Amino acid sequence: MTYLQKSPWIVHYNASSCNGCDIEILAALTPVFDVERFGIINTGNPKHADILLCTGSVNEQNKVPLKNVYDQIPEPKVVVAIGICASSGGIFRECYNVSGGIDKIIPVDVYVPGCAARPESIIDGVVTALGILEQKRLAMQTEGSPAGTKAGEAR
Amino acid sequence: MSKQIIVPFGPQHPVLPEPIHLDLVLEDEKVVDVIPSIGYIHRGFEKLVEKREFTEYVYVAERTCGICSFIHGATYCQGIEQIMKIEVPERAQYLRVIWSEFSRLHSHLLWLGLFADSFGFENLFMGAWKTRERVLDFMEETTGGRVIQGTSKIGGVRRDISSERLDRMVKDLDVLDREMKELTTIFLHDDSIRHRLRNVGTISREDAYHLGAVGPTARGSGVAVDLRKTGYGAYDRLNVPVVTDSCGDCLSRCTVRAKELFTSTDLIRQAARKIPDGPVDVKVTGAPDGEYFMRAEQPRGELVHYLKGNGTKFLVRSRIRTPTLTNIPPLIKMLAGCDLADVPVIVLSIDPCISCTER
Repeated sequence: MTYLQKSPWIVHYNASSCNGCDIEILAALTPVFDVERFGIINTGNPKHADILLCTGSVNEQNKVPLKNVYDQIPEPKVVVAIGICASSGGIFRECYNVSGGIDKIIPVDVYVPGCAARPESIIDGVVTALGILEQKRLAMQTEGSPAGTKAGEAR
Repeated sequence: MSKQIIVPFGPQHPVLPEPIHLDLVLEDEKVVDVIPSIGYIHRGFEKLVEKREFTEYVYVAERTCGICSFIHGATYCQGIEQIMKIEVPERAQYLRVIWSEFSRLHSHLLWLGLFADSFGFENLFMGAWKTRERVLDFMEETTGGRVIQGTSKIGGVRRDISSERLDRMVKDLDVLDREMKELTTIFLHDDSIRHRLRNVGTISREDAYHLGAVGPTARGSGVAVDLRKTGYGAYDRLNVPVVTDSCGDCLSRCTVRAKELFTSTDLIRQAARKIPDGPVDVKVTGAPDGEYFMRAEQPRGELVHYLKGNGTKFLVRSRIRTPTLTNIPPLIKMLAGCDLADVPVIVLSIDPCISCTER
């Protein structure tokens, strides 16, 4: 158990979602569901974040901002695709302007089902992501990260 | 004159749950001009009417926006019903009013929370969202969905609410009212909040009217427009008070929404009193042939669904005009001349819903 796993910070990006999953992510942060008890804090700055929560089916204009947000998160990082739109395009799959899922643009580690995804399943997805984050950190430690720092312990 | 610089605002920004991009032209700390650019959420689902049957398209219409999904679905259904001349049972119309008003409560409480967050009042954000869960519990119990309900259908609604549940709902409303009273007292009377919002982002009555503001943005400037007054659905049998405020600044828009919470609970009580017994849907045969503009009051203002059918089960055209789109020109007017630090508060004050705007 490291500091990273005890207090992962999340950044949320809406990549052409209908808003339903986004407000459920925010609902997961508020008193009834309260993910802060796991040390999880929602930050607006991707450079402070460990976990990227993405919603939506990603339209043409949103591809570059999504890639930018992803690139700015320091290693190790985990991407959680929230809702059916983010997983496969969902109800908007056949629309002319969507690419059909987050994994068409950036690698995704955890898929959370639902339309809209329920706060319980979002929390479950984030907790699953924590395990993957720890594996990635250990893998980086044994291989040595490109910059030569032990990410995760640097915090 | 000092040099002008351009500061980009969005698409990813801490106060924005959704992406919108504004180029702020600054002279020192003053915003002199704003160039908005939208399109980050445009999915193009209006074109899906050509691929989905008009009865299935209800689900797509509901997913226009996750915040006011029930009203989108119901408005689409009402438009089709007008084209096909379907008489919807009374009970279904009242149920639509009840769920629409609960949607409004959930949307306004959500907005009050986000607005508190935009001026840095984290505690109030949490408080507003805690109260909002009561509304969502009711939604979940009666429809099965928290934010996307899926109970609208052409010719009525999918589910009924039992009379015992309605009685319990009316009792629960008293608790909700009490919590909302505590919450709105802070919003409207706390010194630091008043100081932060008074005379910020002011727009005059004339400007709001001529730039096409709708909903609480217009009502906050003293323009008394409320589509519920036109009496669609069961609203013509209910007494709908129009809440307005005259100052046209952020505090006025906040006041309007805070007071509308109580008109919504009042409307639900009226509807629960008057709701008749009977069936909740009628059988629909045939296909829509003709066109119709269906207008309804969404939490953010006037919503228009334009629908055109040609007698087949696939519609020819659907066009959705949402309130945030018409509220963007007034927003640009409010932002011109403000301080950079006020931009997040002013942007939030029109309750932007970008998913609706770009469809």
